[in-house]
This record gives sequence, structure tokens and C-alpha cells, in this order.
Amino acid sequence: MTTIEAHVLQPYKYGFVTDIDADVVPAGLNEDIVRLISQKKGEPAFMLEWRLKALRHWLTMSEPHWPNVKYGPIDYQSIVYYAAPKQQNKLESLDQVDPRLLETFEKLGIPISEQKRLSGVAVDAVFDSVSVATTFKETLAEHGVIFGAFSDAVRDHPELVERYLGSVVPYTDNFFAALNAAVFTDGSFAYIPKGVRCPLELSTYFRINAAASGQFERTLIIAEQGSYVSYLEGCSAPVRDENQLHAAVVELIALDDAQIKYATVQNWYPGDEEGRGGIYNFVTKRGKCAGANSKISWTQVETGSAITWKYPGCILQGDNSIGEFYSVAVTNNRQQADTGTKMIHIGKNTRSTIVSKGISAGRGQNTYRGLVKIMKGASGARNYSQCDSMLIGDRCGAHTFPYIDVRNSTAVMEHEASTSKIGEDQIFYCKQRGLSAEDAVSMIVNGFCKEVFRELPMEFAVEAQNLLGISLEGSVG
Amino acid sequence: MTPEAADVLAAAPDARARYVREFEASAGNGAGQTPAWLRAVREGAIARFAEVGFPTMRQEEWRFTSVRPIADTVFRRADEPVPSGALATAMAPYLLCEADRHRAVFVNGHFVAALSSLAGLPEGVTVGNLAAALGGEADVVQQHLARYARPAAGPFSALNAAFLLDGAFVFVPEGVDVEEPVQVLFLSSPSREPIVSHPRTLVVVERGARASIVESYAGVGEGVYWTNAVTEVVVGDGARADCYRVQRESGTAYHVATTHTHQGRDSVVWFHLVALGAALARHDIVSVLDGSGGLCTLNGLYLLGGQQHADHHTTIDHAQPHCESHEYFNGVLDGQSHGVFNGRIIVRPGAQRTDAKQTNNNLVLSGEARADSQPQLEIYADDVRCTHGATLGPLDERALFYLRSRGMSADAARSLLSYGFGAEILGRMDIAPLRAQLDRLVRARLQRESRRENVP
Repeated sequence: MTTIEAHVLQPYKYGFVTDIDADVVPAGLNEDIVRLISQKKGEPAFMLEWRLKALRHWLTMSEPHWPNVKYGPIDYQSIVYYAAPKQQNKLESLDQVDPRLLETFEKLGIPISEQKRLSGVAVDAVFDSVSVATTFKETLAEHGVIFGAFSDAVRDHPELVERYLGSVVPYTDNFFAALNAAVFTDGSFAYIPKGVRCPLELSTYFRINAAASGQFERTLIIAEQGSYVSYLEGCSAPVRDENQLHAAVVELIALDDAQIKYATVQNWYPGDEEGRGGIYNFVTKRGKCAGANSKISWTQVETGSAITWKYPGCILQGDNSIGEFYSVAVTNNRQQADTGTKMIHIGKNTRSTIVSKGISAGRGQNTYRGLVKIMKGASGARNYSQCDSMLIGDRCGAHTFPYIDVRNSTAVMEHEASTSKIGEDQIFYCKQRGLSAEDAVSMIVNGFCKEVFRELPMEFAVEAQNLLGISLEGSVG
Repeated sequence: MTPEAADVLAAAPDARARYVREFEASAGNGAGQTPAWLRAVREGAIARFAEVGFPTMRQEEWRFTSVRPIADTVFRRADEPVPSGALATAMAPYLLCEADRHRAVFVNGHFVAALSSLAGLPEGVTVGNLAAALGGEADVVQQHLARYARPAAGPFSALNAAFLLDGAFVFVPEGVDVEEPVQVLFLSSPSREPIVSHPRTLVVVERGARASIVESYAGVGEGVYWTNAVTEVVVGDGARADCYRVQRESGTAYHVATTHTHQGRDSVVWFHLVALGAALARHDIVSVLDGSGGLCTLNGLYLLGGQQHADHHTTIDHAQPHCESHEYFNGVLDGQSHGVFNGRIIVRPGAQRTDAKQTNNNLVLSGEARADSQPQLEIYADDVRCTHGATLGPLDERALFYLRSRGMSADAARSLLSYGFGAEILGRMDIAPLRAQLDRLVRARLQRESRRENVP
């Protein structure tokens, strides 16, 4: 055992279960379940119609198996597609929310009660299939910003939902997007009106609690002309021996001169050391820079999930639009990640930047897979990609599969990748200067990820660094 | 219909059945002399092909290349050619130099002794055809043939093995240094009907031996033909092989090839390749470093224009620790050509201290050309240094401006800069006459292209 491998594994911190009565539908998936979900949510007809079309399409599809991950078959008929904590009446204020729910989020470090709210951040808390509370709604409303549960948006702003839902990720997009479209239960909706700079950071916290359920949420963010919004998503789940499926869809739309910053700190339950349990995180995320000079930036810190399989992408349609992707993905124990981005350059002078940092430890397998496609009309397009991998231990793997497809001769694209390990000599150097081995490793790892962390909002950058330390404990020392 | 949908039709079973029928019809041919083990290889290969058929663009390995034109054309295997003065003249431009002594020449897949020259080889060294070797060095052939580029690896290597009757054989025994380069030339001379050949090459360089092998593919005449080549290069412990591969098929040709090199301990392989010809070309290169301390360098250049499509898939497999690999691939794309590069580096569990580098630079000269690049790293060991880089873009405006400011015409500046792109690869080649020959070809080609483009 080398100095870089000796430490005790710290258990997953967020693995508790909240004991709360839940309203669950029977397991299985068919048209009746979809109708039931739609009815429970009191949706207008166009939504049910759309869900059923998605389900019928999904039935014609087969599960894809091209990513570099291994998992047992998923029985889609044994999943519970709707689970909600029981609370019958429409809530007038936060005081009526079940205290056990508030306590749950408190324990997760997401206080939603009046006194303890994080200043400067509006939080939408989603528990299993429903949104339980949204903070700072009034402050946001003053600026014309709509932020809250997706189901509220369907009820209160059906015209916006109907117009934009599925416009970036249609239900035909892929297997899991079709599944999500059929059964999605809740999620967050944000609408930033023309010229408004959203005064608060928007944030959604997703929590899976019920057993045997899957979480299928859908997030839609629309930034009107000249607006700006920064959004952060966090998540966790209890420790369970069986695998749970999380198949979310996120759609972002940025119109002329608008800017969306979307950050994810993903910390679903990763399974135990032997790879038992954990969340299958199969997510479709895509942003469309529909307007000229718009900008969408994805930042993700992926530390949880047994399997992460997602490619947040940007469709750079507007001229001079910008897409960015910053990612840190950590796999430890038996975790597997196949993640990256897609940058589709359509408009003129579109630019994209990709910075991906993968860290593999234990028996983790980490794959970067990304597509940079520069279409014929995208003259003057520019891409810079950098993918670095760090290996800790000799049983893990790091893989890089970029796809570069250029159809315009004025486009310039560069891709660089490297793989390395933390050298014993680097550790020795730090120890010699009085740092402990743990501190040395954490310093080196944080330095490796710095370019990504500095894209995160302040509070979350700190959280991400801590999270990284926890995820890697047990593999480094 | 989208190109992809159209391509899926290529999987239609009739193309597949055609080759299976042809195999059955010809199975009796030469059965008398074919040893049982080789018959088993061939039968296994056709069974494999019958199972998988032609690939479609839905398959990850083939997502940028449609082999539909190949699947759709009915090819006939060409008869043995009659050596003639015309053939000798046609062959001349593809030879290394007038005086080369070691060369085996194949026309339409058949060995032509009259055009070959096998004089003055060091003792124990064999250069010739496989059919003859099955008589003399049957053990060596049996030990290596189809053991590396296994027929199961892909539909085209399966087809090649199924129709394996003859091919080139180069054998350098332990400790022997073959100073002069050995050339293996595969010439295709189609007539009115489209023809196909399945050239096979086996190169065995035993422990501590050394040799340079030049493999050339060329076409004479205008007809449509398809070359489906497989080359296996086996390099023993401490041996060195310098392989050169020049693909100058005619503009109407289809060229599909697999090259597999297999290296022992402390061995060295330099693999240079230049792809200039063929309407549709696909080349899979697999280099396995199967002994510690091996060094492998792939050095490639593809120069495409018109409607050409070339797809290079390389895999460097670090199976053992302490190996080093370098890969340089440059592409120059003009006209409506489409260049594909897929470079994969695999570091197996336990292959510590691996040092692997890969670069793929593409120069896109015209608005209609298209380039795809997929560098890939697959790493299962931690104490490694692996990097890859890929670039795609037009000529550097600043470099052009610099040359123009020194009084060079726009044409000359363009062609000089593009030439530099190719010269980088050619500069690594050791055989001077070959380098000079390729240099002339590349220069002529780029000058022609820059004149045609003629942008002020």
C-alpha cells in the first residue's frame, strides 16, 4: 500500500430515510398510469396528449447500450412512477408544510423555513415526485421572474409551457427522454422576462426518498431577450441496496443577448464499496442558444450516482452565441460515469469551450464522451476542448472519447487531453513542507479542478470542494 | 432518404449472400493443395461474414463511412494476369527505384514472378508469395497467419480470410539484418467488369532481426475495382521493422484494409503511411505492444481532394508495461472530400509506465470538405502518461500574411504552407528515394489544388 492509499471510507452523509406517508401509484408503466399521473397533477389536455404520444413512442424504442458503462437490466414495469408525501390541501404558507419534510431539507443543508433561508438564493425543494416548497417567490415576482414547481407552471402559465416544452429535447430525442416525457412528475420552471437580471440565484434541490421509485423530473428555463439567470441544482438520496432510476430532462432556452448559467452539484447515493445499490443517473440536458449573442454555460460537479450517463449540450443557433461546459466527475469504489457534452455550432461566429476533469479512484470508471459538431453555415466557429483525467490507484480507468465533426473550413477547433496520476514525488514534496498526505492530495485534486470550481457560485464552490474531499476519502490518504 | 437510412439498406442480405455463394462455388478450387488448418480458417471466416454481413453507418465503428458502394457493386475475382510489357511499364512509377532488388509484385491479387525480383537476399530470408511458402515454411505460416488480424475482428478481414489463396510473405530469421528495403507491390488492373482482390501480407521479423518493408497499392487503367487487404506484421523480441505503406489506388477504386502489427519485448516498429488514392478508403490499423519495453510509432498522412473519402481507424494497444507509442496523423482536405480519423489508445490493466502520445491535425482547404476526428483514450492503469490532441481548421491567416508580406504570391504561400503540413510526416521517413518520390507527389498535388482554388 502506497502513501496515496490509506484512509477510512467515510459513509455517504445523506443516506437517511424520512419516515413519511407517501401517496404512491402502483408500480408499472402503461397508459393508465400516465393518465393517473396527469390527473393527479390536474393537467390541461395538451399535457396528457403529449405524455401519451411520448409513451407510445417510447414503447417502440429499445434501451441504448452504447455507453462505456455496465449495469444489469432495468425492469421498467417494477418502478413506481409517482410517489408524493401525503398532504391533501393546497398550502397557503410554508408553516403548513409537514415539519418532517422541512427537517429533511434542513438535514441536507437546504433550510427552507423563513428564518434560516440562504440569503441570495431562491430554493425550490423537490421531494420524490413533487415540489414541496419554493422560497423567495414574492421577491422574484416583483421582478417578473416566474420560479417554482413545474406543475404550478402548467396550471398558471400553460401558454409558456405549451410553447417551450419539448422544443429543445423533444420526446423523440432518446429512450430516457421519451420515458421522462411520459411520466415526469415535477421539476422546476423558471421564466426570466425581457431585460431582467434575476436578482437571486435560483436553486432546486431534488431528494429521492421512497423505495422502488424512480425520479423523473423536468426542468425548463426560459431566458427572454437580454435577461440573465444563474441556476443551481443539487440532489441526494437514501442508502438502499437496490438501484433506483433517475431520468430527468432539462431544457434551457436563451433568446437574443440572454445568458443562462446552469450549475449542478450531483450527489445521488453512489452505492457501497461493492457496488450494491446507488442511483442510475440517466439524464438528458440541453440548452438552446436560440437568439443572437446568447450564452449558455453548464457547470457540473458529479460525485454521486452508481452510474452517471449524461451529456449537457448546447445548440448554438444564434449568431455569435456562446456555449460553455465545465465538468468535474469523480468515480470512486465501483462508480461509473460516462459524461461529457455536445456542442452543435449552427450560427456564425459561435464559440464553445469545454473543460472536463475526470478523477477515477478505487475501481471507478470515468469516461469523457463529447461531440463538437460544426455545421456548414457556422463560419468562423471556434471550439476549444480540454479533457484531463487523474487516476488514483491501479484498478480504476479513465477514458476519453471525443467526437469532432467539422463541416466548415473557416472553423477552428482544438482538442487536448491528458491522463496522469498524483505522483509520489508530488506528495513527498508537499509532506516535506509540512503538509499531511491528506491535505496534499486534497490540494492537488482541488488544483486540478480549479478551472471548473471557479465557474460555480461562491457558496457552492466551497460545497463542491468539500464534497470532492468526501467522495475521494478512502482512496487517498 | 437520409444518407444513413440509405446506408442501412446496404445491410440487405443479398450482398452478403452473394459472397457466401461465391465462396461455396469456389470452395473446391485448389482444395487439394490447401492444408486443413487453412481450410478451417477460411470456412470459419466465411461463416463469420455470413453472420455479420457488411457494416452500416448505424454501427459505431462505421458511423462516418458508408460501404454501400462496395456492397452494391457486383465484383468478380480477377483471373491470373498474363505478364506483359505493358504491365511492366505500368508498374514502373510505383517502384522504389530502378535498381531495387527485393520486390514481390502481385497483379489483381495474383503473384507475378516475371515482374518480381527476389535476387540477392541474405541467407535464410524469404520474400515471395504465401502459396509457395506453404510448401517451404509451412510451420512459420501456420504459426502466424490469421492469428493477429483475426477474421472475427471485422467483416472485411473475414472476407479477406475467406478468399485467402495467396499473398505476400516476408520472413526474416533471427538476428538477420536486411539492409535494402523489401517492396511488396499490389497492382490492380481492372478490365470492363469491376474486380476485387483480397491481398494478404504476412511479415515475420524474428528475434533481433531487422527489415524495412514497403507495401504499395496502385491501380492502372480506369475501371472500378476493390482492394480488400489484410497485413500482419509480427516483430519478435528486440527486433525492428520499418513499415511503409503507400496507397495510390486509382480515383475509381475502393480500398479497404486492415494492418495488424504485433510486437515482442524491446522491439521497435515504425509504421509510415501515405494515403493519396481511392474514391473510398478505409484503413484499420491495430498495433499491439505485447512485450515490455516496446516502441511503436505511427506516422501517417492523408491527402484528399475531389469527392474522396478516407477513414483511418487506429488502435494502439498497450498490453504490457514500459512501452512507448507515438502517433502522428496529418490530413489535408480539399474539394468535397471527407477525412475521418479515429485514434484509440488502450492501456491494459497492469501496463504501468506507459507513455503514449497521439496527435491528429487536419487542414481543411475548401468550404465543401469535411473532417471528423475522434481521438480516444481507454486507460486501465494509473502510472501512465497519455495525451492526445486534435486540431481542425483552415490555413493560418497570420502565416499567410507573413509569407505574402515577404512578396510571395497567395498561391505560392498557400501551397507552401499546405506542403509543410505534409512534409512534417514525410520528414520522418528513412528511405530516401521513397521520401523523394512521395515529396514530389505531395508537392504536385498541393500545387494543383492551390492553383485551382485561386483565392486572391
